[in-house]
Amino acid sequence: MTSRPHPDSTLVFDRTQAEAARQAFWRGLDELDRSQIDSHAPAHEPVSWYRREFMKLMAASLALAGTPGCSRPPLEQIVPYREGPPESTYGKPVFFASAIARDGYGAGVLVETNMGRPTKIEGNPLHPASLGATDIFSQAAVLELWDPDRSQVVLNGKNVETWDRFVEALRARLAHAPDGAGLRILTETVTSPTLHAQLRRLVAKYPRARWHQYQPLNRDNVYAGTALAFGEPLEPRYAFGNARIVVSLDADFLGSLPGCVRYARDFAEARRTHAATMIRLYVAEGTPSLTGAMADEKRIVRSAEILRLAQAMARALGVGAAQPGAAVASDAWLDAAVADLLQHRGSALVVAGDRQPPAVHALVHAINQQLGNQGATIEYTTPVAFEPASELESMRELVAAMDAAQVDALLVLGGNPVYNAPADSGFGAALERIPWKAHLSLSRDETSARCDWHLPAAHVLESWSDIRAFDGTVTIQQPCIAPLYGGRSAHELLAEIAGETGTSGYDIVREHWQQKHGVAGFDAFWRDALRRGVIEEPSPLRRVAVLKPGLSIGVERVSDPNTIELVFAPDPTLGDGRHANNAWLQELPKPLSTLTWGNAAMISPALAQRLGVKTEDVVEIGVGPRRIEAPVWISPGHADDSVTVYLGHGRIRAGSVGTGVGFDAYALRTAAALWSASAVTLRPTGARFPLAATQTHDRMEGRDIVRLLTRDQANACAKGPCPPAGEAPVQATLYPPVAYEGYKWGMSIDLGSCIGCAACTVACQAENNIPVVGKSEVRRGREMHWIRVDRYYAGSPDRPRTLFQPVPCMQCEHAPCEVVCPVEASVHDAEGLNVQVYNRCVGTRFCSNNCPYKVRRFNFLSYTRDTPSLNAQRNPEVTVRMRGVMEKCTYCVQRISRARIDADKSGRRIVDGDVVTACQAVCPTQAIVFGDLNDPQSAVNQRKSSPLDYALLAELNTRPRTTYLPKVINPAAGSERA
Amino acid sequence: MPSESTLAATPVLRGHYSDASITDKIADIVLVQPAHWGWIAGLGVAAAFTLLFLVAISYLLAKGVGIWGINEPVAWAFAITDFVWWVGIGHAGTFISAFLLLLRQSWRTSINRFAEAMTIFAVAMAGLMPILHLGRPWFFYWLIPYPNIMNVWPQWRSPLVWDIFAVGTYIIVSILFWYMGLIPDLATLRDSARVRWKQVAYGLLALGWRGEARHWHRFDTAYLLMAGLATPLVISVHSVVSLDFAIGNTPGWHSTILLFSGFAMALTLCIPLRAVFGLRAFITARHLDNIAKLMLVCCLIVTYSYLIEIFMAFYSADPYTIAMTMNRVQGPYAPLYWSVVLCNVVVPQALWFAHVRASPLSLFMIAIVVNIGMWLERFMIIVVSLHRDFLPSAWGMFYPTFWDLATLAGSIGCFALLFLLFLRFLPAISIAEMRKLARRLPRRA
Repeated sequence: MTSRPHPDSTLVFDRTQAEAARQAFWRGLDELDRSQIDSHAPAHEPVSWYRREFMKLMAASLALAGTPGCSRPPLEQIVPYREGPPESTYGKPVFFASAIARDGYGAGVLVETNMGRPTKIEGNPLHPASLGATDIFSQAAVLELWDPDRSQVVLNGKNVETWDRFVEALRARLAHAPDGAGLRILTETVTSPTLHAQLRRLVAKYPRARWHQYQPLNRDNVYAGTALAFGEPLEPRYAFGNARIVVSLDADFLGSLPGCVRYARDFAEARRTHAATMIRLYVAEGTPSLTGAMADEKRIVRSAEILRLAQAMARALGVGAAQPGAAVASDAWLDAAVADLLQHRGSALVVAGDRQPPAVHALVHAINQQLGNQGATIEYTTPVAFEPASELESMRELVAAMDAAQVDALLVLGGNPVYNAPADSGFGAALERIPWKAHLSLSRDETSARCDWHLPAAHVLESWSDIRAFDGTVTIQQPCIAPLYGGRSAHELLAEIAGETGTSGYDIVREHWQQKHGVAGFDAFWRDALRRGVIEEPSPLRRVAVLKPGLSIGVERVSDPNTIELVFAPDPTLGDGRHANNAWLQELPKPLSTLTWGNAAMISPALAQRLGVKTEDVVEIGVGPRRIEAPVWISPGHADDSVTVYLGHGRIRAGSVGTGVGFDAYALRTAAALWSASAVTLRPTGARFPLAATQTHDRMEGRDIVRLLTRDQANACAKGPCPPAGEAPVQATLYPPVAYEGYKWGMSIDLGSCIGCAACTVACQAENNIPVVGKSEVRRGREMHWIRVDRYYAGSPDRPRTLFQPVPCMQCEHAPCEVVCPVEASVHDAEGLNVQVYNRCVGTRFCSNNCPYKVRRFNFLSYTRDTPSLNAQRNPEVTVRMRGVMEKCTYCVQRISRARIDADKSGRRIVDGDVVTACQAVCPTQAIVFGDLNDPQSAVNQRKSSPLDYALLAELNTRPRTTYLPKVINPAAGSERA
Repeated sequence: MPSESTLAATPVLRGHYSDASITDKIADIVLVQPAHWGWIAGLGVAAAFTLLFLVAISYLLAKGVGIWGINEPVAWAFAITDFVWWVGIGHAGTFISAFLLLLRQSWRTSINRFAEAMTIFAVAMAGLMPILHLGRPWFFYWLIPYPNIMNVWPQWRSPLVWDIFAVGTYIIVSILFWYMGLIPDLATLRDSARVRWKQVAYGLLALGWRGEARHWHRFDTAYLLMAGLATPLVISVHSVVSLDFAIGNTPGWHSTILLFSGFAMALTLCIPLRAVFGLRAFITARHLDNIAKLMLVCCLIVTYSYLIEIFMAFYSADPYTIAMTMNRVQGPYAPLYWSVVLCNVVVPQALWFAHVRASPLSLFMIAIVVNIGMWLERFMIIVVSLHRDFLPSAWGMFYPTFWDLATLAGSIGCFALLFLLFLRFLPAISIAEMRKLARRLPRRA
């Protein structure tokens, strides 16, 4: 257990404190009686009780009986009246370290539990993939746990069964073939050492059984690329902190690459100083991504042409592996990138995206080797995934065996292959022919429905396991709550098959590590691993990669430049579709498009014009014989002659939230064209389909909203006047100034660091019990998020620069909302918080009209549903709002209160870092800093002392407490784009 | 074809009437005449819409204001538009009865009663709207300063609190003014009524009026005082309602635009009234002409306001106000703006022509157009200013729902129902004042 961010200090009650407390407190009435009577009444006088005195003492004793927390614990060893969860104090959250997987890669988290209920996820500062931050999926995992649509019983067909009956059936099935003939197990990518060991043991016990792996977002290309370059599959790992020049070839290392949260942190830190070491980022991509939005120099290029670009780059850098080929036409982007790379040998980095074919990866490795980047900005480890065979091949083998009637029993552990296996794999059809098949999953999804047995899985927050992070760091995943519906983990299921009946997940994981570690000192090791959330050992995985001699990479496929290409991308908020039933993620505006509740076919403005379609027009997308219909979304900055579809939508059995939302792009995804297809036809159908975006206007209209500076301008600012110059610092006011003498809370948001990932939005939603409203309400403009991430485009629609701006409540000192509220529901507190008193609000909505930032959110209808399991998720420290009430960002006032209580107890001021708002904690790039403006040393004051600091709409004289630092870019010398 | 001179020469009372014939003519509508088919049909339609109003309100209370199309950023739309519109209509009634009384305009006599009734019913509709638009309407009384255990007073800086006082005062004064004027007539009805319950009812309402000289002396003094009280209220209420917007920092809420719809509504009501109840002798072409002229004056003031608003936007050089103005003229709601200009600026120009003012039908049409135009204008001020303010990322659109329209239509229906009932239960024209007028006129003629 770790107790960040609020150390559970009351549990540590040392003896001197206790002695001191003994002086001040009395234990019971007898003790109090004596002191009172002794001091005030002479001994020979009979004790006379006056009514008032009696009542006073009765009240005191009753209060004492009712609130044991007000007194100190007795010094003697006592036994509680019942078993309580250890380390739980009523009303105090307890944090447990664990890890949550994204596409198989773990990231460390701290799970906040309130009275045993997991309510919120924070990042684990000790974990290398987190450093205290998380992505959106970890934030939303807690809602997944409490999802009322999770399956609650074992099902055989449509009959409710028990685990025992399933184990019986399993035994009977295993008895058919003692050598495991016909038994197949299908998992997703395995990064759990224990699970891998179990699978190995199982295959050893049943030698003819086979284990297959498949997940739709796999790293086949990465492993194949390293195998091509180095002769063995390796996992590249990047050190952006050491890089000066970064070139991304369709690699979204800020948004979706394994380890992206950590990469974003390193990247932002290397850019925050505007010194000469500031990273310059070159991006070539076709589908706009978070990384592309951060590019200093961006080249918009179709996915299929990245290979030729990589070839050209390799040739220009003198990489031997690149075959001579058709020269890419003179290209300023490429010339600038190559020049910069050559100047920064050893501090440059080229990254290839997972979507790109192995050849691109191999070329990129060759380039990095050529520049001497290995060991500086890139290093290689053995793959994080266990036995990283081609997953596509693995799936193909499985289906072939199924078709050949070689499979009698199929056990699908997690995943949802019926939904997301390649469209031409025939997995679904082949599944029908398997006589016995079971599926372990959180909910009864598409695959469960086609299997005989559906087994409810234990959620990651309910079960024991272990997982590797992007760099190989292992975390023991510990449960924070007992399985809500008696679900079991894959470990327990495999133990049943292996004949280790009744072994708990705890025993399995613990034994695995005990074997590995040895018995000596294991208890301490184990406790330490659980408490810290990381197993710290020197990474045994690191390798020095040596390029294969004579490596030569040609252009494997030349896509016809005259046809339209189709690119598949994981949905920014639903991933591969497993999060489709998560309402937070469905309603989270997708970065760049701000779409919610559904996906769309992304095309460039030019292509839309050629097709004669507008956003929301439905087109038919055809690849070979396969056809789907999808609404169009015009995406500025998208490559021309290219269309991107997001996977993960169109589920038919996701649950009450996700079923039927969006269109299913897997229907077009074949094994041959897993990431992109060429010769795609687009035909407008004339129909329209409503889409729900939270931001409908993309331009700043020439207003001073997001400030954009180049590095040179920013540096010049320190010396001279800052653009825009001449802004009056403080405007006159009729009201007397208020001296905020105690604390004075403020926030600074660095737009140069913000990557627009929207983690703040969902973290705020989890922390503050913010309801979801559904698609039709979002379309009406009624989404409830307290912090939104605005996205603006600057420049031409074909080659825009993308700007992000998180906008929470500005906590204005001269808040326009306060003066217009007739009932004083919107008021100012002594620390400068603009607070909203929910139970005073009558809902005139004048405050919202008068808020120039439009950050207030109104409960137009009764949005918060009274679902028991969802109620359990709610933060007990935050009021749940009823309909008709206005709400907004409070600077996480409950966290301020908690810090104040802790500080008061130890008789000190709240120090910097005691209060961390939910958005600040989750931010991967530390763009958000919060603190006390009266503390000159506070981090927020450091940020605000920058000459670049500015207030949004300062001309309105609202004097916001939240201010911004401009976006600072680092364009190449001589670049026209600023 | 009537000319300016013939219109101006038209008497405000046509024909020769004695006290008794005036009494009969007006009181008979209430006491004797069987219900006119037009009245019954109107009542049926109005009742149906009133029912719709009740359904809309019930559903609103059950579900919340989310049944309307309001959102972020457009947190106010139909309800507040309706509110301001109804208040504007109310003002004209007070203007006609109180302003013109003070100015000793004799032509007001035959129209002041129903203009006042119009005021009361319009303000009643107006008063409902801000309560219904609250997120939690059952706590509307928190806006009123009253001693409470929470020890909280309203926020005096909020114009919504001023609204409570302004509209509250206004409706009280309007009712008093109206009721006071009714007292002599109620006594007349009491005396003319032949049915027992009517005698009792009107008798109670007449407060023992006996028509003594002392009564008349006090009545005249008090009535004049009430008029003196009501007149500044017209200005103050509208100013406060305007302040609702002006206090806000939303661009587009800072200019003056005023009561225009009221005269149009007065015309809309009195033209069918005189036709249906045969009151052409009392409400003559002269009355219609005068109201039409007032409408024209208001139209010109409104036109001036529109122009000055555009001028001020550019003169201020405030980018947000300029952007708001450009958005009104050419943004997504531009058709609305041009409709407003058409309804409130272009169409009323027809009133320059005497033969247009002499034609009840064309006046009725123009009045309807102006009523629509004024509603659209309020909608434009509220919604079009809100939907695009400072941060383009927060811009949005407002689309009304069925319930928005039902609430507006229902409130009009309810207003009409009240007005139709008023016509049959109270004298629509002041009997006492008409008698005075009839006595004064021949002398002048």
